[in-house]
Amino acid sequence: MLLIPCPYCGVRPELEFSYGGQAHIARPQTSASAEEWAAFQYERVNTRGPHAERWRHTHGCGRFFNVVRDTTTDQILRSYRSGER
Amino acid sequence: MAEIALRRPPSPGAGSYWRPLPPCARYALRVNLVDAAAAAGSALPVATAACRASVQGDWAALWLGPDEQLLIGPEPAGAAFADAVASALQGVSHSVVDVSHRQGAIEITGPHAAALVNAGCPLDLDLAATPAGFCSRTVFAKAEIVLWRRGNEHFHLEIWRSFMPYLAAFLSEVERELPGQGGSRGA
Amino acid sequence: MSGPWRSASGGSSIDRSRPVRFEFDGRPYQGFAGDTLASALLANGVHLVGRSFKYHRPRGIMAAGPEDPNALVTVRRDAARYTPNLNAAQVELYEGLMAESQNRWPSLHFDVGRINDYLSRFLPSGFYYKTFMWPRKAWHGFYEPRIRAAAGLGRAPSEPDPDTYGQRFAHCEVLVIGAGPAGLTEALAAARTGVRVIVCDEQVPPPRTSPADSAGEWHDIRAQLAVMPNVTVLARTTAFGYMPHNMVALTERLTDHLSAPPKHVPRERLWQVRAREVVLATGAIERPLVFPGNDLPGVMLAGAARTYLGRYGVLPGARVAILTANDEAYRAAVELRAAGVEVVALADLRPQVMGRLPEAARQAGMTIRTGTTTVGTRGDQHVTALGLCAIGADGTVSGAVDWIGCDTVLMSGGFTPSVHLFSQSRGKLTWDASLQVFVPGAAAENCRCVGACAGEMGADSGGSWLGALPRPEGPATGKSFVDWQNDVTAADLDLAVREGFRSIEHIKRYTTTGMATDQGKTSNLNALAIAAQRLRRAIPEVGLTTFRMPYLPVGFGGLAGYARGELFAPVRKTPMYDWAAERGAVFEPVSLWQRARYFPQPGEDMHQAVARECCNVRRACGMFDASTLGKIEVVGPDAVEFMNRMYVNNWSTLAVGRCRYGILLRDDGFVYDDGVVARTAADRFHVTTTTGGAPRVLAMMEDYLQTEWPDLKVWLTSTTEQWAVIAVQGPKARAVIELLVEDVDLANAALPHMSVARGRVCGVPALVFRVSFTGELGYEINVPADYGADVWRAVWQAGQAHGICAYGTEAMHVLRAEKGYVIVGQDTDGTVTADDAGLSWAVGKSKPDFLGLASLRRAALVDPNRKQLVGLLTSDPNVVLEEGSQITATASLRPPMKVIGHVTSSYYSAVLGRSIALALVSAGRSRMGQTLYVPTRTGESSVTVTNPVSYDPKGERLNG
Ligand SMILES: [Zn+2]
Repeated sequence: MLLIPCPYCGVRPELEFSYGGQAHIARPQTSASAEEWAAFQYERVNTRGPHAERWRHTHGCGRFFNVVRDTTTDQILRSYRSGER
Repeated sequence: MAEIALRRPPSPGAGSYWRPLPPCARYALRVNLVDAAAAAGSALPVATAACRASVQGDWAALWLGPDEQLLIGPEPAGAAFADAVASALQGVSHSVVDVSHRQGAIEITGPHAAALVNAGCPLDLDLAATPAGFCSRTVFAKAEIVLWRRGNEHFHLEIWRSFMPYLAAFLSEVERELPGQGGSRGA
Repeated sequence: MSGPWRSASGGSSIDRSRPVRFEFDGRPYQGFAGDTLASALLANGVHLVGRSFKYHRPRGIMAAGPEDPNALVTVRRDAARYTPNLNAAQVELYEGLMAESQNRWPSLHFDVGRINDYLSRFLPSGFYYKTFMWPRKAWHGFYEPRIRAAAGLGRAPSEPDPDTYGQRFAHCEVLVIGAGPAGLTEALAAARTGVRVIVCDEQVPPPRTSPADSAGEWHDIRAQLAVMPNVTVLARTTAFGYMPHNMVALTERLTDHLSAPPKHVPRERLWQVRAREVVLATGAIERPLVFPGNDLPGVMLAGAARTYLGRYGVLPGARVAILTANDEAYRAAVELRAAGVEVVALADLRPQVMGRLPEAARQAGMTIRTGTTTVGTRGDQHVTALGLCAIGADGTVSGAVDWIGCDTVLMSGGFTPSVHLFSQSRGKLTWDASLQVFVPGAAAENCRCVGACAGEMGADSGGSWLGALPRPEGPATGKSFVDWQNDVTAADLDLAVREGFRSIEHIKRYTTTGMATDQGKTSNLNALAIAAQRLRRAIPEVGLTTFRMPYLPVGFGGLAGYARGELFAPVRKTPMYDWAAERGAVFEPVSLWQRARYFPQPGEDMHQAVARECCNVRRACGMFDASTLGKIEVVGPDAVEFMNRMYVNNWSTLAVGRCRYGILLRDDGFVYDDGVVARTAADRFHVTTTTGGAPRVLAMMEDYLQTEWPDLKVWLTSTTEQWAVIAVQGPKARAVIELLVEDVDLANAALPHMSVARGRVCGVPALVFRVSFTGELGYEINVPADYGADVWRAVWQAGQAHGICAYGTEAMHVLRAEKGYVIVGQDTDGTVTADDAGLSWAVGKSKPDFLGLASLRRAALVDPNRKQLVGLLTSDPNVVLEEGSQITATASLRPPMKVIGHVTSSYYSAVLGRSIALALVSAGRSRMGQTLYVPTRTGESSVTVTNPVSYDPKGERLNG
């Protein structure tokens, strides 16, 4: 049961959040190739170690934001707002 | 023309640590707080600190997100209030939606208030973590609530109307364990 | 005197002035207040308490704590309060307690299952895997039922659990697990700094004596902690799970020790504790020795015998033989002798023994046989002798056996730190070569181990033995148990290695060692040592198996907590629920909602009720509770742009006051949701979604808005529960509502199909939609939810003159199917495009972008052979196809057959006087008029492909 630092509300229990998958995958332009669209929709890494991922503070401020979590230890290395790096 | 009754609050439980609150007016105000500050000087209640409520007269503004406020006040507020907000935010992009009937409220008071809330809510209710004035959307067991700590031993819970019976039944079940309700030991 | 095997005085936990009566296997006994079931049974000379899992061997009490692998009992209050697999050493005695032994038939003293023991040469490890593979079919019909009947631990209760269970979330700066000396010291130190401290211990009262005690001091600390406001002391509370970020799950047993539990007190309380720091003071567990016949009743851990004597004043026997490799056992020798027990032999596996404790034993006049092992025990249901034998200088055993007559054998192989929780926290374990145990290494959480758990065993606790004891060459005289609870012997581990298993994880699974409910608390290290020895590798190289939650078994009730009965999940009801319930409506669950499915009149079944409701709507009118539909208010200057990007439709052309049927795709091009969208102002849309889709549609909108298009000035607010929605449908709909509606012109010209107006209904503010999901003239009246029930009643009253009926979701489904309207999730399944569903007319093809647009160009999504939505008419109009049925192009095929589609919706239409169906069929729209076939249970139906719209295909009735 993780403690997740929301960039807006502070540290909150995982029960308030929903997972949003790998972060920093930009939606392609309509004109992009089928391969780019396929990558956007289906291709995800399965990182062992630090992993940038999206969370939403669904039962909180409602914001999507990003977290870098070490998948081997579950320790959260940082969290930052959507659109930031 | 049919007679339409006034809004009815849910029936209160006798001698409980919690009680349903009478109906009130509620608006979901969505606005960029920086923009709103530019339009300040109005009577509009706005909470600027994260996870804190601001009370102005009859009205309270609960910070629920960086661009989201829940405004709670006496009813009937009606179109006049919405118009007042609109004029206060003249020229500022925003959204005001009447949610008066979307949810109801329950108040929990007394020395066991925090224990009652912590039966279903995972937040740390130590005053250092959630002082009076704290507010946030959170969860209570399998329902979503807005938790507003009005005082050290005084919580205000907002919950969507169809979840109200669940919350009420849950609180009734939990408080049977508490002293003064037939229970002999606290938690 | 409660039991003949009590010492004359002593017993720090018991109150000799309060006798307590209890039953074991139907026989009455007496113990004292403060006894456990185990101590009270031993006090009565009852050692045989259960039969083992596989061989049904007689088993006694081996330990005095949660690690005991043998003494699993069932405690029964009544048929419903019947709890199997409790550890007798953890069951606190209460007046009238009724306990039963397990795993025996017909009785504990005579168990026919013991035949497995005598046949055990045919039951080696892996026996089940090897034997019951053939013939394959016999597994389900023959082997499995018989194996299941003979196996298992205890029985489940036959009645629903009448007790209640609580739960709490708690936070603290320091959580101390274990209230022994090390834990209490830590707790007090932390508490004095003023921070919040929670201390839990699975026993109660927390032990007043400790193995290395000076009891008074610890008692003082407990008294101090009890009055500190920042300290919570939880007794009878087991920490069973260590989750990431210092979340620890505790289960507190509140009433199991009470003769008459108060009704308002939950039986257990689940604590989910979040601690800044966790201090593990979980102690260490004494290891048994592995020798033939080490499982006979009367064979016990040395420390357990001390506990029973010191805490409960119980004598384990009259003539005790002790075999140890650890100095602590000498305390038992001295204390038992002081209590009047004859120590008939005191043997030590080590060639030399010279610690403080052995010296004390020698001082007391006892002789220590050093360098001594055992060839085994004698006895049938209780130990009668221990065979001792010298270990030669070269480590071999060849001398004469000295059979020592005794009624108790005490053993000690040293102590294993209880690192279970530390390991659950993903902390690393390291091998301590001097202690010969794994101890906590680098922590993964903010967590510290103290005391014996950390390997701090004390100066007088030297010596250990791992693995099987040395014995003479040749076949063993009996089984040497490693894992008592799963009946795994040293020979089983040998066999696993001989058969080629190398990984300790595989050896564990093959032999099942450590996989019983005790999770190998007494067995893991011995099993590992035996495997390592046979593999000729060092123990740390072989590694340790993973410790998993729960540390001890936890009952289902305790895990469920409050979530049972009406609190299992929220049951969502609309404002009109009570009205429907009063009229006998039958409800169906739709996500968490309860929706009225149909309103049967006296004598009607569902089909009759639905037929009547459908005909009534088409002939006159009906009213329907549509409140559960999801509603989202989309507001802001960029509302149109946002809607254009989300939905396939072109919203720029939708005038204020008008509605449009919106379709939402995912970016993969498949239909995700649908619903009517109204433009209520230039910068405001009232979006409706499916009932079940409301939360996920809002979440998806927020996702795109926040992360893809954060520049758009638009906001989303759920108004699902703000509005009660009353659909009034049918040719008389306008006549019904017109007297109730103010400030809205209901005339066709002013409020045509697919439009919306603000006004008042019954005097309350309302949004009046002119929409239809039935194909009839229709309105949907939205009023603030608190007014819903009253407005509904007013419409009902007004409708009486026009023959109105209430209709439910079933009639709604039939009426829309007659019109070929799809239901997302029924006629679509996540692989259906808008075109597949016949909805390509809604797509704003000139828009530069919307969700799914890019995917719609994929070759696979424009393949003309894709399944398309069509209508099916059965050749026999009375045959109603089964939804989900497969469709073939050719008659009389046998499986495996080529399937070209499936039925998605199927009903009997009373209005049309025949069955109707919707189906997804490959290239369906090119098959109009074709005959296809639907295999059924009883044969085959031939069907004709038609347009999905089977009623009023021109849509004239919508205009009233
Ligand atoms: Zn937040």
